[in-house]
Amino acid sequence: MHPAYSVLLFTTFSGAGYGLMILLCLFAVAGAIPADPVMGAIGFGLSFAMVTFGLASSAFHLGHPERAWRAVTQWRSSWLSREGVMALITYVPAGLFAMGWVFVEDTSGVWALFGVAAAVGALATVYCTGMIYQSLKTIRQWHNDWVTSVYVLLAVATGALWFNALVIAFGEGRSLFTWLSIAALSLAMVAKFGYWHSIDTAKAPRDTGHATGLGRLGTVRQWEPAHTQTNYVQREMGFRVARKHAQKLRIYALLAGFIVPLVLCLAVAAVANGPAAAILAFLAAAVAMFGMLIERWLFFAEAQHVAALYYGADSA
Amino acid sequence: MTSLPETSSGKKLGLVIDLDTCVGCHACAVSCKEWNTTGYSAPLTDQNPYGADAAGVWLNRVHSYEVSPGTQGSGGMTVNFPRSCLHCEEPACVTVCPTGASYKRAGDGIVLVNPDTCIGCKLCSWACPYGAREYDDDHGVMKKCTLCVDRIYNENLEPEDRQPACVRACPPGARHFGDLGDPESDVSTLVRERGGYDLMPGLGYRPVNKYLPPRERRAATDSGPLELEPADVAAAAAGDGMFRWLDRVLSR
Repeated sequence: MHPAYSVLLFTTFSGAGYGLMILLCLFAVAGAIPADPVMGAIGFGLSFAMVTFGLASSAFHLGHPERAWRAVTQWRSSWLSREGVMALITYVPAGLFAMGWVFVEDTSGVWALFGVAAAVGALATVYCTGMIYQSLKTIRQWHNDWVTSVYVLLAVATGALWFNALVIAFGEGRSLFTWLSIAALSLAMVAKFGYWHSIDTAKAPRDTGHATGLGRLGTVRQWEPAHTQTNYVQREMGFRVARKHAQKLRIYALLAGFIVPLVLCLAVAAVANGPAAAILAFLAAAVAMFGMLIERWLFFAEAQHVAALYYGADSA
Repeated sequence: MTSLPETSSGKKLGLVIDLDTCVGCHACAVSCKEWNTTGYSAPLTDQNPYGADAAGVWLNRVHSYEVSPGTQGSGGMTVNFPRSCLHCEEPACVTVCPTGASYKRAGDGIVLVNPDTCIGCKLCSWACPYGAREYDDDHGVMKKCTLCVDRIYNENLEPEDRQPACVRACPPGARHFGDLGDPESDVSTLVRERGGYDLMPGLGYRPVNKYLPPRERRAATDSGPLELEPADVAAAAAGDGMFRWLDRVLSR
């Protein structure tokens, strides 16, 4: 599948933004962090900025962005529509909770209800994002039980890294938060390994004989392509990454997305608080975002659509 | 609504494509492009049509495959393979659509895209296993086979023209149009008699269009090529006076 940058940016940034939102809401409601108005403004500012930047960049993917409002109408059948609905709904309690925090300096009582609702909405939105991919039977690397878990865990993990950097910068750091980042990131890494193992060991990939139904007559090979120039189906669905490149990129994604941030988090845990810890925590978050972009690029590039079989792809 | 229609008339309009007869001339694809660029899906735009890297939207593509001898000794063959929307009974391209632009008609099962409400998110093309949907870069919306919905019910056309352009254009008659929901229809009979099959039935999309497999080829013989008898011998054997006279005249 062709990795469109708008979609890579969308899922990476909105994922981190929703992850940060979930942790801000839950820890503030639990009273684990004080309702410091500046911290609330910067935290929610960052969260809303990432989410909104992600949603806006996904709109660039559309042929008719001015009609995007129509996408909230088909939530009965479409995971994409559900994602749109949840994304819009979540703004309401999240906005109210942020206002209570920043202007009233209160995150308890009725405000806490908004906080919990925002956290649930954020989680549901990321879940819908994962399901958009997982529900597609046409791509075996996406129609895989690990996909949504990986999306949710990565969103929480990257959100936790930003959350940790934020609270340390405001002198509210706790070893619990750092260890939460480490735990979330480790769990996400395990899920990602599970995903890679699952797609690498899948049984009997489909071939052109399967796609055309001619396989029962013998081995099917493309003899003459349907047209001399590439068409939309080939550009969008026929994108393939060389196996050796994919292996290299998996290592980069693993290093930037998981290993380096984990090491930096361990350093944060050792330093505990202060400017050095804040810088290390911020670095961990930034490096992880870079790693997530590689991971997301690979998620598309390694995905093999069955329609490519009609154009002579060897497997899907 | 991109939920599938809850009630159906039982009518399932679609195509039956005979892979044994198709000669791979692309007349169906060209005729489709010609009709539909001014029809329901108009325009089917092209980018850089006269340049080195021409691209454009076509709703029908004709592939050619080589099938090398199988275990049953069927012999190698070339199979021309036209590919277009199969108007599935479980079209995920419809249910994934976030706007309701993509829909399946309850009355005849035709799957269409409303070009006025499509936002061009391309998700439907990801959901289609058959590569049947093509995005129009200039128009910013998704395009697909309409089963020539603007021909088949068109009373301004002669009755024989009220069928999809591809079917009307096919020189060897390899494409058949009809109601596959009616077991007594000509197309259903063809499917029954020739063992028509679904593409990738395991995915569960339940395509309406069917493909008729290539007929079995004659088995190759071990006796080598047949030799024709020379004409004069044949003529002598036949004892035909006319041939003998001709032979004499031409031998002078």
